[in-house]
Amino acid sequence: MSRTERLTMVEAINLGLREEMKRDPNVIILGEDVGVDGGVFRVTKGLLSEFGAERVVDTPLAESGIVGASIGLAIYGKRPVCEIQFSGFMYQAYHQLQSHAARMRLRTWGAQTVPLVLRSPYGAGIRALEHHSESTEMIYTHIPGLVVVIPSGPRKARSLIKASIRSNDPVIFLEPSSIYRAFREDISVDEEDIDSIWPLGRAEVVRAGSQFTIITYGAMLSLVKKTIEKGMAQKGWDPEIIDLLTISPMDTETIIQSVKKTGRVVIVHEAHRTGGIAAEISARIQEFAFLSLQAPIERVTGWDTPVPYFSRENVYLPDSNHIERAIENVLHF
Amino acid sequence: MPRAKISLYDVESLSILAPDGTVDKNLLLKLSREILIQAFEYMLLSRRLDEQALRYQRQGRIGTFAPALGQEAAQVGSALCLKGEDWFIPSFREAGAALVRGLSIKNYFLYLMGFEDSNYSLKGTHNTAIAIPVGSQCAYAAGVAWGIKLDKKKGAAIVYFGDGATSEGDFHEGLNFCGALKLPCVFFCQNNQWAISTSRKQQTASQTLAQKALAYGVVGIQVDGNDFFAVTQATQEALERARRGEGATLIEAVTYRQSVHTTADDPTVYRSKEEEEEWKKKDPLLRFRTYLQKEGIWDTKKEEALEEKIKEKIKKGYEEAELFRNSNPDPLAFFNYVYEAIPPYLQWQKDLAAKNIEGRNVIKGASEKKGGSGGGAAAVGELEEAED
Repeated sequence: MSRTERLTMVEAINLGLREEMKRDPNVIILGEDVGVDGGVFRVTKGLLSEFGAERVVDTPLAESGIVGASIGLAIYGKRPVCEIQFSGFMYQAYHQLQSHAARMRLRTWGAQTVPLVLRSPYGAGIRALEHHSESTEMIYTHIPGLVVVIPSGPRKARSLIKASIRSNDPVIFLEPSSIYRAFREDISVDEEDIDSIWPLGRAEVVRAGSQFTIITYGAMLSLVKKTIEKGMAQKGWDPEIIDLLTISPMDTETIIQSVKKTGRVVIVHEAHRTGGIAAEISARIQEFAFLSLQAPIERVTGWDTPVPYFSRENVYLPDSNHIERAIENVLHF
Repeated sequence: MPRAKISLYDVESLSILAPDGTVDKNLLLKLSREILIQAFEYMLLSRRLDEQALRYQRQGRIGTFAPALGQEAAQVGSALCLKGEDWFIPSFREAGAALVRGLSIKNYFLYLMGFEDSNYSLKGTHNTAIAIPVGSQCAYAAGVAWGIKLDKKKGAAIVYFGDGATSEGDFHEGLNFCGALKLPCVFFCQNNQWAISTSRKQQTASQTLAQKALAYGVVGIQVDGNDFFAVTQATQEALERARRGEGATLIEAVTYRQSVHTTADDPTVYRSKEEEEEWKKKDPLLRFRTYLQKEGIWDTKKEEALEEKIKEKIKKGYEEAELFRNSNPDPLAFFNYVYEAIPPYLQWQKDLAAKNIEGRNVIKGASEKKGGSGGGAAAVGELEEAED
């Protein structure tokens, strides 16, 4: 019998970190305010007292230094999990990610690798300051060698953080801050539970259906589900919902299989439209399932503007109206 | 409260072996004959390797590279202080130090022929690959040193960079981490006076580079970087300090880049012949040789024999690298080192790439004529030269 607890995503990531730290003494947590403070969102709460100051380290305020040090720790043989306090401050660390974390395996023909995890909150919807609401996953998706993971809720967050720590590739783990505490899920706290690890690079078919495919990830999954439920009740929709979970390398197979079945596709993401993952998904669909398409692919995305300050952030974010309209478009082409 | 000085800092400079080959006996380290000869051998090997590589580069046999010429005492002197458990973290101008750390001539040339394959030899070593972006290695050096500290190992890390790197953020962030977390790391700066065309004076208003250590709460020292003994002394002290758990040291080794920044550079544009001639008088090899000869450790005959040995070694290493280049290495192998396992969509791209190059020899520089005696050279004859 496995025990279950009802956890928020913050608590679920904390659980995953704790489990991995117990399992592997090489797992080290580092970042700004991750120790005594437990992180500004409290994701690393309690880890300092449980695992000690050698394994949970408050670093100087220097993003390139944090990621650079993590690269060195990883080359040395540790499993660093660093936190960048907000994804809007990851740019200073971009150089280390692009130049070293992502390239070390190729540079050394596999002799030295960088199994680090970089965790960072991201996304809009939390009435935050400027630079705290961006969705910049595509910056990292464009770097070969990085894995980009975005959980959509507590259960997946816990399994994915565990898989990320075990991965021998560098993982950018982006946590949608708007769903940190938005809802709870029952989570088995039994480590042997099969659900406790979700493999990187695999999407999940959240709901199987035959009428159209809706592809999303992160905080948008909740919005999509809410919108779909209404449509199912009122209009008899039969959607197939795919949660990407890993943005790069992306699970193309699951998408293509679904498109071949439904022929109609809506893609929803919070990031900017131009060069967003929806553009890449659309390209792959026409590479592998062009003849299955019954309608043009619809994209529901954040606009090609900087995310505005919070009084207007709802205008920037995709909403149910927008998703509904996109679905109607693919259904009635 | 009045205004008061709360602290005064000193910046030390160390010099033991003068350009004329005389030494300060009070400061001289006791080093065995064998070590001294070994040091000279590495320094001469590094010098001749640079000279030969420059010729090969001009002949189009290898790609762009950054010669260490003129910095042999700084590189060999510091690297000889390292032990097996220590970590060596170079930038891109450290062939002299890398040779001491076990880099083979074959792998040196193989890399300059454009093959990362050479770096597979780093597996299981405590050496990292060269870092091209200036100063960036300083950030991960802190992490390597941190790993050593966490495991309570005896070793230390040493990271190499130049005067230009001290203006980069990663130098400061890395050194600050080492200070704040008391990490066993030696920051070894070769101040070779020029960052391509940017002079040391243009780089910073700081009187010395060594003093930058003080702001991070670590020890800083300036040494004559063309003085084998001063370099060795300072590095030894810094490594011992690190191993004792007393944290990092910044060493500024004052030296001179006698050759080009890289083979794509023309120093006559930005610096004078007179300056170059002045520094040639302070050449690290010259003064070390003079000292060894005066001490009766070295003579012309020994040097002639060594020159011959080095010539052979370089030639053989180059030929081995060329043999690999001509042995039909897998042109698609780089697809295998992006992720631990190749993702399906990347495999699909790899298959496309395979179709795209089918029947063509696309390995740059590979030649049917220089195939040597084995290693798949026979197959090369059937392939065409690559298009650019």
